Amino acid sequence: MARTRFIFSGAGGQGVITAAVILGEAAALHEGLNAVQAQSYGPEARGGASRAELIISDDVINFPRVNNANVLVCLTQEAYNRYYPHIRPGGLLVTDSKLVTPLSKVDARQVPLPLFKTAMETVGEPVTLNICMLGAVVAITGIVKNGSVEKVIETRIPGEFLEVNRKAFSLGYELGLPHAG
Amino acid sequence: MAYDDYIRKRFFPHIWCPGCGHGIVLNALTRSLDSLGFDKNEMVMVSGIGCSARISGYVDLHSMHTIHGRALAFATGIKLSRPELKLIVPMGDGDALAIGGNHFIHAARRNIDITAIVINNRIYGMTGGQYSPLSGVGVRATTAPYSNIDPAFDVVEMATAAGATFVARTTTYHVREMSKFFQKAILHKGFSVVEVLSQCPTNFGRRNKAGDAVHMMESYKNGTVVAGSADDVPGSGKIRRGVFVEKTAPEYCDEYARIIRVARKGA
Amino acid sequence: MKNKTAFIQGNEVCARAAIYAGVGFFAGYPITPSTEIAEFMARELPKRQGTFIQMEDEISSLCAVIGASLTGCKAMTATSGPGFSLMQEALGYAVMAEIPCVIVDVQRGGPSTGLPTHVMQGDVCQARWGIHGDHAIVAMTASGNQELFKITVDAFNIAETYRTPVILLLDIPSEGEIEVVERLRTAVKQGVDFHPYLPREDGRLPMSDFGGVHRYNVTGLFHDMWGFPSDDPQVVHGLLRHLADKINNNVDNIARFKEYYLDDADLVLVSYGSSARSALHLVESRRRRGEKYGLLELQTLWPFPHSIVREKCANARYVAVVEMNLGQITKEVKEAVDRPERVYLLNRIDGVYITPTDIRNMLRVIQGRGV
Repeated sequence: MARTRFIFSGAGGQGVITAAVILGEAAALHEGLNAVQAQSYGPEARGGASRAELIISDDVINFPRVNNANVLVCLTQEAYNRYYPHIRPGGLLVTDSKLVTPLSKVDARQVPLPLFKTAMETVGEPVTLNICMLGAVVAITGIVKNGSVEKVIETRIPGEFLEVNRKAFSLGYELGLPHAG
Repeated sequence: MAYDDYIRKRFFPHIWCPGCGHGIVLNALTRSLDSLGFDKNEMVMVSGIGCSARISGYVDLHSMHTIHGRALAFATGIKLSRPELKLIVPMGDGDALAIGGNHFIHAARRNIDITAIVINNRIYGMTGGQYSPLSGVGVRATTAPYSNIDPAFDVVEMATAAGATFVARTTTYHVREMSKFFQKAILHKGFSVVEVLSQCPTNFGRRNKAGDAVHMMESYKNGTVVAGSADDVPGSGKIRRGVFVEKTAPEYCDEYARIIRVARKGA
Repeated sequence: MKNKTAFIQGNEVCARAAIYAGVGFFAGYPITPSTEIAEFMARELPKRQGTFIQMEDEISSLCAVIGASLTGCKAMTATSGPGFSLMQEALGYAVMAEIPCVIVDVQRGGPSTGLPTHVMQGDVCQARWGIHGDHAIVAMTASGNQELFKITVDAFNIAETYRTPVILLLDIPSEGEIEVVERLRTAVKQGVDFHPYLPREDGRLPMSDFGGVHRYNVTGLFHDMWGFPSDDPQVVHGLLRHLADKINNNVDNIARFKEYYLDDADLVLVSYGSSARSALHLVESRRRRGEKYGLLELQTLWPFPHSIVREKCANARYVAVVEMNLGQITKEVKEAVDRPERVYLLNRIDGVYITPTDIRNMLRVIQGRGV
């Protein structure tokens, strides 16, 4: 497989780092791939810009950071405005259709999806936005099997929130499937 | 055993000046240890820096002469990893309450089972007579040549407020009382503090016209009063001696042992 | 722990490795970006009958660690630049009193509060010379998580073997069977004089635990074989020589390094910590184009392995040191090689992780190829 570089961005507290860790762990532990996850954050615990980077490869990964991503996710307008220049030409750019207004000049395959609406209304837990997004990314990219991610969700998410997150993941997966390939 | 079995004679003579009160404290301390009869291998003495800190080298216990102000922090590490050991920490006034003030209040707050002895001679003796946080207003010191404007701490009130569960004060004149308080403090489960007023004729006495060692000790006799006695009246201007706090509260090592049980149940 | 794969952060790797090495005591004070190590220890140590305590500051944290080590258990603390500054006092004590312990410094940008959440390698020289007075010190680092595990265990092993504090300098942006060495304890029986500071012929000093059958004095002053303060010139000279020699005579035993493509390299990059990953990335991409690049990755920074660096760089036309500071290791490399004028510094000092492209661009300048 080709080396795939991800940037998940949004506001602090939206869980983009958790989503990247889960995807990385699914690739590393359940699919025999190499994965490196890095992050940058400001001093704030909540709010502020947050950015998680992830590289998945079947080869050894030396340089651990992502300058230009094959897959960029932006969950706030601020994150979009800041990070859209970091998408590789023709890459995949997933946004939330309610929270982000995309720019037409960006050279990428832009896929706006109603992730927040799904987390808020169908799941009923806005905090599952990150896992819903992850479902969509896994469906569109096919980078790992959805079962691999589900296994990690079971170990990483505490019991009382497990069910809503499973639901969010599968709803996100459904949202992403039509855009696969 | 005799009390001098607790002394490392190999390292004598000691470094203290003639008339210094620290030898009296060492004497009372070894007599207390002798009366209590603990195994020497179960006892650790940790000290910081200063004249008083040299006590740890002269006792035949596990002994650690550490860095200025930090003795209680080193002692906390020892006690917490070997709670069955008895920890005694002699400190000077500057050592305990200037550079070590933060460690002092936090050790008291945790109520960790350590006996802190604050040997208060109201001066930095080893460095030649600078004022300490216990010197008090009006005292003369090499760094206060026109008299000191720094108000002093009251060690008893400070230790009490910080959470120490045994707090006492005595002087080098009252040797039997000192020895009794040391024994009580060492037997007490929790953080115990004994303040001992101790004379420094060389660097405090001379500069403050307090006379020689004998005069200074007489002032301890005449200028102090047993708390709760008939002479202990407000406005007497005398320094109060006695045990001011003696209470039980959860001890830190016990509490940590409970955490280990909780963690291991979950494991 | 072994043969298990985990997807975890560098700090957690370090903490797990410490547990594997047998750490029994941790004292620390919260500070970004090292706090995860304390949090891990607070959770895991009590399960193993070990002890965790959050102290009132970094000063007392290292003091408590030293006290715990004297009772016979492996002890550590973790901090970042500002806390590492506060620890220098107790670090000097650990050197002087020869108390084994491990201090993890997860570096940030500095001086002062600096850049708490960004990466730099600015504490390298502080690790070497942060404390006052002549001394020798051991400082190690790693560039990736697998190596970090091994180096952390090595840090504990070296601390116990040489009775010395060991500093682990981490700067990992995030993200086999290893031997564990136990402390050398004295065989002297109860009732026989034990000389706590009388080195054996090989320079090693067996220890006796506080609470055991030998009662002795420990001090930060120059001291004789009993551990009692002394200013006898012979004693002072002998102790200072011993403190330096026990480390400096074992440079090759303490040195840990990795080499990539050095056999025929005419351009050798020297790097360490996370910047070595960018360097390796560049070396591999240049090798694919037939260019003879190589990498020497240092894992032990202090004592600096001068003879190893000299040997590995002997045939290089250029030596370029990649680090994220103003050249703290570059100076040592210049001292080590035959032709210091051919040693160049390739760095970044803005809190941004150095990239292979950064290195390539700087190399073009050195090689006179323009930007």
